Amino acid sequence: MIWSNIITLSPSTGDRLLFLSLRSLAGLVGILVFGIFTFLIIEGFPAIRDVGLLAFVTDSSWHPTEYLYNVTPMVAATLLVSAGAVLLATPLGILLALFCQYYAPTNIARVYQHFIELLAGIPSVVYGLWGLVVLVPLIAKLHTPGSSLLAGMLILTVMILPIVTLVSQSALQQVPKDLTQNAVALGLTRWSIIRHIILPTAKPGILAGVILQTGRALGETMAVLMVCGNVVQYPSSVFDPIRTLTANIALDMAYATGTHRASLFFMGLLLLLIVLGLVMMAQHSSRHHAYR
Amino acid sequence: MSTFFSITIDETSHTMIFHLTKYLAIVICLIAWVSCRETSATHPTTTKLVITGSSTIAPLVSEIAKRFEAQHPDIRIDVQTGGSSRGIADIRRGLADIGMASRKLKEEERDLYGTVIAHDGIGLIVHRSNPLTSLDHDSIVRIYTGEITNWKAVNGIDAPITVVSKSEGRATLELFLQHFQLSSSQIKPQVVIGDNEQGIKTVAGNPHAIAFVSIGTAEYDAAQDVPIKLLSFGTIPASLAEVQAGRFPLSRPLTLVTGTRPTGNVSRFIDFATSTDIHDLVKHHYFVPLNG
Repeated sequence: MIWSNIITLSPSTGDRLLFLSLRSLAGLVGILVFGIFTFLIIEGFPAIRDVGLLAFVTDSSWHPTEYLYNVTPMVAATLLVSAGAVLLATPLGILLALFCQYYAPTNIARVYQHFIELLAGIPSVVYGLWGLVVLVPLIAKLHTPGSSLLAGMLILTVMILPIVTLVSQSALQQVPKDLTQNAVALGLTRWSIIRHIILPTAKPGILAGVILQTGRALGETMAVLMVCGNVVQYPSSVFDPIRTLTANIALDMAYATGTHRASLFFMGLLLLLIVLGLVMMAQHSSRHHAYR
Repeated sequence: MSTFFSITIDETSHTMIFHLTKYLAIVICLIAWVSCRETSATHPTTTKLVITGSSTIAPLVSEIAKRFEAQHPDIRIDVQTGGSSRGIADIRRGLADIGMASRKLKEEERDLYGTVIAHDGIGLIVHRSNPLTSLDHDSIVRIYTGEITNWKAVNGIDAPITVVSKSEGRATLELFLQHFQLSSSQIKPQVVIGDNEQGIKTVAGNPHAIAFVSIGTAEYDAAQDVPIKLLSFGTIPASLAEVQAGRFPLSRPLTLVTGTRPTGNVSRFIDFATSTDIHDLVKHHYFVPLNG
């Protein structure tokens, strides 16, 4: 309503300036992404040329010093650990957000919120260290060696939970007041208001938060590197160690030369494509929901 | 939040954007001014030495460099890590004045010029609660190739062995493989680590793990009451004293690498790094100084 006052017939100089700067910033971001793609392709090209795309899938294992370059176990590990974390963190995050927003007394909700914000600000290497000295030995008591897919999932869950919660909460806050007020006037219970009115309305916002976090889970490096064991293999259970694409890049990059180094850039490209595919899928599904 | 925002824009949009541009211009000017000042502040006669390579040597070289800078105020030294391979590669490409390699120069690196500044050994560590005190050559090979998977087989307790190895391309792994005549695909690890500290933390957290790490780092951490212990190699104890006496089989020279015979400031720095003036620093980093 207030906005309509600004958008009058002739836009002011200020508006034009803002518009221009926003436009150029957006363009800059576009160029940046394009630049990253080009860089990865250029740096990774020697690997594609020397190894061949097929070898990345058909080689017997990943031993670059012996010219074996199979990356599929690492792609699988990356997807598995991220999917596990998102599946655990999403319901937890939404429940936490609902609790803070609608059930907790104001004071407790405020303290809770501060805690969650604090949790979001902890650097990933701290989570990794905690995982390595506390979580991994705990899991090792259940099943050796402790460094495992499970440890990675749990660490990632803790890491992405705060943002899932905060984004869900802001999505809940944006549900128009009159919707809930009408529902209250109709005498609906709190839970049925949440379930049938608030959650469906806030769904696109919550979904956006989840997708944002899937991207983060896919890209998380340090913590995963410290708790996952980093053995290149397909896990047969959650207790098996795995190596993700990011962990592999971080482990090898400083020490790799030649084709080995180029193959790491190729893996970076792969990771970028996975994230891109995810974002496109998410956009598609949210559009689908919007029309329904 | 949203009302606050829209009101601000509504009432003062023009002036706000005007001010924003003004502030931006001021900030840009400030940045330009500061960067100008910094370049002019650098004395024109100051020369810079770039040293890159092994993360094992880097902390030691950094301290040597600080002491060297104190004696030669006209020289600034920039130490960067990235592994022995990077040290060699940077010398080849002319990106660094001195490279650091935590190993002997290889056959194909004969064209380069190496100066040893100290020695380091690689030892096997287990958790302090592990009753084992030594392992012979054969048992180590059989443990690392996955032939032995229980400590019972080497007169230990009845528990599965967690084999910890290093990621590919690292100098420590190369030396280990070379000594035991193994290829990296023969090794069957449950955990793959990056640097020494990660290995020590992994073993400290897992009573059944075994790992190979720098003896200096392991001795230091064991002295700090980290629950690990070094295993004797056959009858030879894994200690810096044995490395120094030249008896320990798994030892390596810490080497400074240059493209040609060092001259000028590079030569002055290397002479300083091999002098007795820095023996206290070498010992402080738990390496073995040259001749005594």
